[in-house]
Amino acid sequence: MKVVIDGELCQGQGRCFSMAPDIFGFDDLGNGVVRGDGTLNPETLDMARLAQANCPEHAILIEGDE
Amino acid sequence: MSERPPVTDFATDFDHTDPAWVADPYPIWQDLRERCPVAHTDRYGGAWFPATHAGVTTIAKDTENFTSRAVIMEEGRPGEEALPAPIGVAPPITSDPPFHQLARKVILPAFAPGVINPLEPKIREVCRDLLERFGDDEEVNASWDYARLIPPTVIREMLGFPEEDTERFIEIVHMITESVDNPEEQRIAEFEPIEAYFVQQMEDHMANPRDDLTSYLLNVEIDGQKLAPEHVFGTIVLILVAGIDTTWGAVGASLWHLAHHPEDLARLVNEPDLMPVAVEEFLRFYAPVTMARLVKADMEYLGCPMKEYDWILLGFPAANRDPVVFKDADQFIIDRAENRHVAFGLGIHRCIGSNLARLELRVAIEEFIARYPKFELADPKAVTWAPGQIRGPRQLPVRILP
Repeated sequence: MKVVIDGELCQGQGRCFSMAPDIFGFDDLGNGVVRGDGTLNPETLDMARLAQANCPEHAILIEGDE
Repeated sequence: MSERPPVTDFATDFDHTDPAWVADPYPIWQDLRERCPVAHTDRYGGAWFPATHAGVTTIAKDTENFTSRAVIMEEGRPGEEALPAPIGVAPPITSDPPFHQLARKVILPAFAPGVINPLEPKIREVCRDLLERFGDDEEVNASWDYARLIPPTVIREMLGFPEEDTERFIEIVHMITESVDNPEEQRIAEFEPIEAYFVQQMEDHMANPRDDLTSYLLNVEIDGQKLAPEHVFGTIVLILVAGIDTTWGAVGASLWHLAHHPEDLARLVNEPDLMPVAVEEFLRFYAPVTMARLVKADMEYLGCPMKEYDWILLGFPAANRDPVVFKDADQFIIDRAENRHVAFGLGIHRCIGSNLARLELRVAIEEFIARYPKFELADPKAVTWAPGQIRGPRQLPVRILP
């Protein structure tokens, strides 16, 4: 499974990279970016889901997650 | 403050400066969610207040039908001539698309985490210095003498303004955010010396450029053009107004909570790893900032007959208490895992200082509880809350416990 950030929806709320810094970083404008190619293992999947559940803009998508 | 008649019914005659709303707005909002859910008032020349998460987020994201040209709800109905141009007086918060995006891109890099995170040691030092001043006092004012003084010190430092002006910043913020009841001429007169001061600071930075936010704003370019002086001026005003009362309110409300919830205080003291999650719950539960919008044209919206230049009071704190979106919305759950709070707003006007605010809030709480692992309200009746659109305790005497 893979996590992606929808750049159109992301407004730089900063919730993902403060909550799951191993998975998400930020760019020069403060918008969230996925580290690496976003492939998730069972450990990082939980963190990615947590970040998703905290994004006010609903900008985090986990491809292949139900 | 001028006297307003008491509110008869918040559904049809709401007023966010009414003493009942100022003291404890949450039951009022819950009642409105059940009954309306968009409240109306003829006060302020006509205004609407959506009390639900859905209503607030719909309007926050809708820049087609609502303008940000005025974001502090004032007395009287703003006419076309009273409104600033779409650039606004304090870009980008008072700007609409398409200019908004340009103005926002200019200051986003100055508040991105890569710039803000390195400020942590400085913020910690500011907090520790303030706590040091308390000495051996057994009772301290956690808001007035602590929370209030942290944000202006940090912002003044970022702007590169003189250290001795910290108190002056606080006066400026009070004047702008709390003068809704003052006549316009009075506000204009009060603003004159402030304007003169900012112009003097900007001139000094033009003559002696240095590595700070003021010099950055004076030199940054959009399409090869430097910003107009009034744009820089407006943005500095915005940074002061938006960055001081707001964070003060969040820090103060969090310490108020901990002063009468010893179980939460003990958990934070014993489980410091909880802080990042706890900070988000403090922000949800005690979100300090309510914004305003203006209706662009007559329309039926959310089932309401809105008229051109009606005010919208955009209550992010109310959205954060909506049980449709938040389980046990009226309970403070310090380790709440799922928390899509909108304390920093939503959409293109998301608070630009959110990374700084979050950092200040975390460090201010950490330092306070490190020095005082046990404290309680010295006198619950002595706690006073700020009126207007920025909520937070002003006076917060707490007793330090052994």
